[in-house]
Amino acid sequence: MTIPAPTRTPTGSTVLDLVLRFRALGLLLALAVLVGATASVNARFLSGQSVRDLLFAAAVTVLLACGMTTVVLTRGIDLSVGSTLGLAAYLTADAMSGGVPVPLAVLIGLLVGLACGAANGAIVHFGKVPPLVATLGTLYVFRGIVYFTAGGSRVNASDLPGGFLDFGNGTLLGVPYLFLIAAAVLAVVALFLRDYRSGRDLYALGSNPEAAALAGIPAGRRLMTAYALSGTLAGLGGVLYAARFGTVDASAGYGMELDIVAAVVVGGVAIFGGSGTVLGAALGALLLTVIDNALPVLSIPPFWQQAIVGALILAAIALDRLVALRAARALRKKGSHVG
Amino acid sequence: MSDRAPADAAPLWSALRRFASWDAVIIAATALFLVVAASTVEHFGTARNAGHIIVDLAPVLLLALVMTLIVATGEIDLSVASTVGLTGAAMGWMWNHGIALETIMPLTVLLGALLGAVNGLFITGFGLPSLAVTIGTLALYRGLAYVVLGDTAVADWPRDFTGWTLGTIGDTGVPNIVVPLIALALVVGLVLHCTPIGRAVYAAGANPVAAAYSGIAVGRLKCWLYVASGAMAGLVGVFWTLRYSSARADNAYGLELTVVAVVLLGGVSIFGGKGRLPGVLAAVVLLTALQNALRLAHVSTETLTVVTGALLIAAVLAPNLLTAAGDALRSRRRRAAASL
Repeated sequence: MTIPAPTRTPTGSTVLDLVLRFRALGLLLALAVLVGATASVNARFLSGQSVRDLLFAAAVTVLLACGMTTVVLTRGIDLSVGSTLGLAAYLTADAMSGGVPVPLAVLIGLLVGLACGAANGAIVHFGKVPPLVATLGTLYVFRGIVYFTAGGSRVNASDLPGGFLDFGNGTLLGVPYLFLIAAAVLAVVALFLRDYRSGRDLYALGSNPEAAALAGIPAGRRLMTAYALSGTLAGLGGVLYAARFGTVDASAGYGMELDIVAAVVVGGVAIFGGSGTVLGAALGALLLTVIDNALPVLSIPPFWQQAIVGALILAAIALDRLVALRAARALRKKGSHVG
Repeated sequence: MSDRAPADAAPLWSALRRFASWDAVIIAATALFLVVAASTVEHFGTARNAGHIIVDLAPVLLLALVMTLIVATGEIDLSVASTVGLTGAAMGWMWNHGIALETIMPLTVLLGALLGAVNGLFITGFGLPSLAVTIGTLALYRGLAYVVLGDTAVADWPRDFTGWTLGTIGDTGVPNIVVPLIALALVVGLVLHCTPIGRAVYAAGANPVAAAYSGIAVGRLKCWLYVASGAMAGLVGVFWTLRYSSARADNAYGLELTVVAVVLLGGVSIFGGKGRLPGVLAAVVLLTALQNALRLAHVSTETLTVVTGALLIAAVLAPNLLTAAGDALRSRRRRAAASL
């Protein structure tokens, strides 16, 4: 079967269309403008130390945004990532301070994340509980378990092996190890979602669950994969959190889920599934981190940070809607030519 | 699918089905809990403690009233707690600028209604998903609250007003707040269960397209519900500020999750179209009384966090599992009957 090449529909402003349609491009543009403006106020914003701080702060957010993207693509949401991160961070740090060797402790963190994610996936798929409800519930449950195990105590940096902390604060050619890990994960997940069948299935599930079922896509296995991935990455985020800060108490990652959802939505992943990329989500996470770090340089009170994040979310979803409407109109126009 | 299960297929099951509607279960569980706690936890059953519980549950109950209607239409409003924070902050700002409290209070409720209208406009006007919009305004409103007040607190509220929020009617021991709580719950309950507006809410949630074809202005209905939700949050903003004698940007931080939790626990379907107000009211009482009893029994509040989450999941999971079990039982009986 041959499909005729789609004829290009003439539209007024091609540059605007390009920026609107490719969120990554728009985000890069926004990042460039923001960084440029901030650097022109204070050139030290681009100094090695400042950039390093920024990448440190972005690493965990990018990591969790990758996991969140895979879940949101399937029309789901994972509100439990902050609690999962806290649980993994505490158990990893606690194990290390108890003398467990570092690789084993890291493995514990990852497995805790995996178990949390698998629990979410099982509740959503087998229990037929809507993802919002299921992960809101596990947000409470996982956080409660952290409080339970930690009590009022916390793990201090002095209890952790020096090598682990050195890794958490070390850099390679000026780039933090933590960010390199996040970037590697980003690349792998991007590849998985773009080129692998099970990755494409996640998009199919999100765009049209009924059609996906008719096409023989194993919804249960794919959903479990998505939630398990999100959980494992939150577990990895917990390990990195412990390595970076050293001091871990029961409130690690509290309230983080909203930042991650914000990053993903700003990054152009449709909240009702089926559309978006991890690269966009990662750029969204980066943009939010840059805003966070740029405010003091621009001498804007830090109190504006959250308001700006909120405004960005609204702008991003309104923009998505606009693009969708333009695309629909263009399609209709094309249809009428053919018909 | 069309063949009905034989009459004797699962009499127990159908009987269960009839009596065990979710709100009946949750009301019974609440009553049972209150009785057990009153007889086992010291000081729980006293009139004084009952008064504390009622004052404690007021904010969640008020927010849950309108949230029930919103969730029943298949939407959600995650910005309520931030609206409480922002309206409280605005209240503090106005007080600092020398406006009389009698003027401030209606203005605060009006501000809440406006903030709700912004949600409504984005959701029904632009056709955006309510989950994403209200996550956006959750951050935006909380952020603006910090912009208004920073990390300062306004605490010099007149004693007459702050005293009222904790006071009782005469020397009956019944908190003042009971009167507006009952009045508002009655109004919302009657609207939801006894008026065309309530029918329209369920219709819009069950099938928006069919609702639209049967002449219900679904968009307008939802928009007004968000306005009502905002106004209610403004009212809670006033109450919260006076009750704690403190207007702060972080007032009611994180409360949206509790409100959503009680609404779902009360049996309202997150997909809309289902759920009744009595169940939600019972869930509010259950959660607040549970918290109170645990505190009195010196059980760590961490336990409560786990219990809240587990209850929330169980509230949706249990009926699903029961239905699945019933279906499995029925099909096995049918197969057994066919093989005879």
